[in-house]
Amino acid sequence: MDIDYAPEDEAFRAEVRAFIAENKPKIVADKRARGEELTREDYLAWHKACYKKGWAAPKWPVEHGGTGWTVTQKYIWGEECAKGEVIPPLPFGMSMLAPVIMAYGSDAQKAEVLPKILSGDVWWCQGYSEPGSGSDLASLKTKAVREGDHYIVNGQKTWTTLAQHADWIFCLVRTDPDVKKQMGISFLLIDMKTPGITVNPIITLEGGHEVNEVFLDNVKVPVENRVGNENEGWTYAKFLLSHERSGIAGVASSKRSIEKLKTIARTEFSNGVSLWDDADFRSNISDISIQLTALEYTELRTLASESAGKGPGPEASLLKVRGTEIGQRIDELVVEATGYYSMPFRGGPATDSNVFPVGPEYADGVAGTYFNDRKTSIFGGSNEIQRNIMAKAVLGL
Amino acid sequence: MDFSFTEEQTLLRNSVQRFIQDKYDIEARRKIINSEEGMSRDNWNAFAELGLLMAPFPEEYGGLGGDNIDMMVIMEEFGKGLVVEPYLQTVVLAGSFILHGGSEDQKQTLIPEIAGGEKIYAVAFAEPQGRYNLADLTTKAEKSGDGYTINGYKAVVLGGPWADKLIVTARTSGGERDEDGVSVFIVDKSADGVSTRDYPTVDGLRASEITFENVSVGADALLGKEGKGLGLVEKVFDIGIAALCAEGCGALRVLTDSTVEYCKTREQFGQPIGKFQVLQHRMVDMFMETEQMISMTYMVNLKLDESDVERKKAASAAKVQLGKSGKFVGQSAIQLHGGMGMTDELHVGHFFKRVTMMDTLFGNVDHHLKRYTSLDA
Repeated sequence: MDIDYAPEDEAFRAEVRAFIAENKPKIVADKRARGEELTREDYLAWHKACYKKGWAAPKWPVEHGGTGWTVTQKYIWGEECAKGEVIPPLPFGMSMLAPVIMAYGSDAQKAEVLPKILSGDVWWCQGYSEPGSGSDLASLKTKAVREGDHYIVNGQKTWTTLAQHADWIFCLVRTDPDVKKQMGISFLLIDMKTPGITVNPIITLEGGHEVNEVFLDNVKVPVENRVGNENEGWTYAKFLLSHERSGIAGVASSKRSIEKLKTIARTEFSNGVSLWDDADFRSNISDISIQLTALEYTELRTLASESAGKGPGPEASLLKVRGTEIGQRIDELVVEATGYYSMPFRGGPATDSNVFPVGPEYADGVAGTYFNDRKTSIFGGSNEIQRNIMAKAVLGL
Repeated sequence: MDFSFTEEQTLLRNSVQRFIQDKYDIEARRKIINSEEGMSRDNWNAFAELGLLMAPFPEEYGGLGGDNIDMMVIMEEFGKGLVVEPYLQTVVLAGSFILHGGSEDQKQTLIPEIAGGEKIYAVAFAEPQGRYNLADLTTKAEKSGDGYTINGYKAVVLGGPWADKLIVTARTSGGERDEDGVSVFIVDKSADGVSTRDYPTVDGLRASEITFENVSVGADALLGKEGKGLGLVEKVFDIGIAALCAEGCGALRVLTDSTVEYCKTREQFGQPIGKFQVLQHRMVDMFMETEQMISMTYMVNLKLDESDVERKKAASAAKVQLGKSGKFVGQSAIQLHGGMGMTDELHVGHFFKRVTMMDTLFGNVDHHLKRYTSLDA
């Protein structure tokens, strides 16, 4: 056992830091800190900078454009990126679809899809959930009927993150309604410009537009856009979900949030004493920091076993559950620390954008972040479902 | 011992309930909060007609002779509709300031204006550096002639944009956090030197940042004794906490009932999700938290007229319960509604946001745990 970084790792860290300092899109970071809505260009700015450097996809194999970094280097990269508050390349293409294409896609799909994910030229979104199929994803009803060289797809997807910007969607569809629900699903790649696709925004409780409903009405999809075999989509879907969960621990981003919390605690005063010097509040910060340390070492152990050749297993559920619980707890503490200035709402009918912000700059959007992050224990398989997975797959119950 | 309501209180509850059912579903509320003013004057007039604005005041000042329990009943029903109109600010807080701190003249003049729906109030107490300490004031009122000149800044004044008059806490003597030297004034919002920056809040209300620059008020603007106002301020905010807790009870009840209803109808894996034991236990915990909140709300409302120490302890205890129960029930309601709970469309998210902000208003869990501890002999 050894947790020290080798000198070459420290050198790598310095190189990464310098690159981030030079190329970080500053305006985007500011917007994000204020909880403002980002444009398509904002989301892609950092991705494009990394692509130019050849660092867009550290987790990919070298043959597809990966960096060939060691596990430690990848970890350092993730840590520094989070510290630098950059927006990582969108996960839908990079971390979710790409591994599926690499494992199960045709050569033509590999050649077409992967380079455009790597360059950030094609934006993917995920067509999994439906109004009647959330936790019970395999019950999905969107159906695809084969007609010659095409499938005709009809149905509705929901909670589709950032579909308003997306060029393509990967969809789970039912191709055989007469078998056990997991056995009749296929995995299709669909161009969002195909006639019959409508995207409607879903406004979330904090007022943002991140998720959407996607309606598919007689959408014609070429058969060659199916990934793998017909009716075996559930296998690929589960493979993708395991990738969705690894990396969801959010250790680096929680570390950053704790730093923000500490800054606020040093600035907010109660009875002339800063919250930082308030034993009760400090104890809250310590408690969450300790929880985060436990998670961090759990993630490091997972990474170590991944690099030893084991794929992310059901333990990834642990990272998701604890990662989201810790992130949500930090949000609570940030709102608590901010006090009355967590109440003002930016946006809404009575707001004049020239007038905002009121209160200290760090107060901007803290309540919105707290409200919005409640989603993290719901999406990607709710935390209840993750516990079920661990009960069954890890504990054998 | 008797926890039952009088016939009048039951009638009062029924009439507020009917109003909420008829006029205050989530769509109606959405229209109100998205309107330019952000509240409904029609609703305010309806409150006046229903007698809600006069309910807690003595008859000699144009009231109906009710008490804290009437206020509790009204606020609980308001909580079920997330009413945004400034009942808490005007009737509960300003009304109590005048009733418990005002001279006979002030009561005779000002309370009938509130009871009749003619004047709306906001209470300007918080300051950026002061957090939840009601005595931590940099706003100053200096004697000038017969009256005072007020200078200072007040943060997040809820209901500020709608107010005709402001209750303002200011220091007339002493250091920034001294107990002595706090005074309470009534200031016309239209007075020279009062400037406001209005904005919406995350929970659907409106608030203002208010600057006072050489604002002149007469001697009759002072409520209570000069420099001895902190006791009054604490009492009134404890009454406010009792009313806020009642509003919280209404909101928690809706969150719990809606969640149970949703889990009975939402099907996954071929059955209603309410059949899953892990969700059943969570809902039972929501139910228990709601019941504890209701009990604490009765407790604080029954103790408002006891000794200062008893009253303060009761208010802080209830406010701690509100912060904790509100967080648990609110977060659980969102979690069990899944993605739907995250939408602006469904009512649950709006209740969650309001309940979350209730913890901040008048001091959060940490603040009231400390206050309780300091009083617990």
